[in-house]
Amino acid sequence: MEQLHIDHITKRYGHQVVLDDLSFDLAPGKIYGLLGRNGAGKSTLLNIITSRIFPTAGTIKLGDQDGRDNDAVLGQFYLMSEANLYPKRTTVRRMFDMADESYGGFDYQNADRLLKEFGVPSTAQLSNLSTGLQTAAKLTVALSVNAAFILLDEPVLGLDANHREVFYKELIKTYQNKPRTFVLSTHLIDEIQQVVEHVFIIDDHHLVEEGDVQAMLDKAYAISGPTKDVDEYTNGLRVLAQDELGNVKTAYVYNQLDDQRILPDRVKIGHYDLQHLFIYLTNGGTNNE
Amino acid sequence: MQLQFDESAPLYQQIAAQLEEMIFTGGFTEGSQIPSTTQLSAQLHINPATVLKGMNQLVSKGLVEKRRGRGMFVAPGAQDKIMQARKDSFYNDYIKRLLVEAHKLGITKEHLLELIKRGENDGTITH
Repeated sequence: MEQLHIDHITKRYGHQVVLDDLSFDLAPGKIYGLLGRNGAGKSTLLNIITSRIFPTAGTIKLGDQDGRDNDAVLGQFYLMSEANLYPKRTTVRRMFDMADESYGGFDYQNADRLLKEFGVPSTAQLSNLSTGLQTAAKLTVALSVNAAFILLDEPVLGLDANHREVFYKELIKTYQNKPRTFVLSTHLIDEIQQVVEHVFIIDDHHLVEEGDVQAMLDKAYAISGPTKDVDEYTNGLRVLAQDELGNVKTAYVYNQLDDQRILPDRVKIGHYDLQHLFIYLTNGGTNNE
Repeated sequence: MQLQFDESAPLYQQIAAQLEEMIFTGGFTEGSQIPSTTQLSAQLHINPATVLKGMNQLVSKGLVEKRRGRGMFVAPGAQDKIMQARKDSFYNDYIKRLLVEAHKLGITKEHLLELIKRGENDGTITH
């Protein structure tokens, strides 16, 4: 299986820019996170990848094949989205059949097992289910469909804690049984940070950061101590945010720390998590003022 | 198996450290099978690549070994190896820090020895 190249994608509606020149690659057999605040353009991007809408500029390529109007390429992508594209009165069982008709090789056995775990009857009509159970039904299809790139737009929308547990467990299970690429698009970062291997952060219609989660966290340092010492130590480093309480300051640095920098006695170094890194990166970020 | 995580160390190191602790305390005995990468990642909801990295750390330390087609097992002598490594780092991890803190607090060497003796007779410290 080949890499998916998202190449200089721009989307405008009139004068409104929704995505501004985004480029990145998705490798086969990896779990990715696509992170952004509400309205950042995540759903638009997923819709463009799956050709539900067309970009104003840029291309989507699988290997060297253009995705546009190319069924062989599009047949590799499955998008589970919030929008309900199913006809009225579609039953859950019918959703399975539709996925099988479009992609072939639908894993009915896995799907039936998942439905039981989620407690969704296969005879139920999708539109009659609660938001959470609709998500559960759609996830069941997404985790059983035969496609190489599975894009999940807000995969835990409305799911209760128990169902979220089921989802994360089953995602990893199916991924291990049959490695394929998953993209989890969400703003709920806390829960997915240990599930995803690599993340893309979109803010204000731009890709502001991408990388392996561990490599990103390795650069995320919380440096705290007396304000004067912290300022001296962090001088020249990229500081995303800072808290001050009396004379004590914590600076949230996003930078490698070299050994040349001498750590003052009363300054402590710790780490912060992906959720906070995301918040600081998408808040406009403050500088050392 | 329930693992406790914090943010101070990379996740894969935390996984390795906790498995090592369980081997050291006899939760997994020498020669016994430990949970596979597959089981651990599904149970803990952690990306398999992360779990594998942690597991490989234990393999390269010689604490666990892969038996083809059967899974991961605690290597013979693993407990002794952990014991030796911990003794080696005891000086750096505990003694040095103890002396630095004692110096900050103006605690003399004599007082320090007294405190250690007191600790030995302290009924509230459980081993």
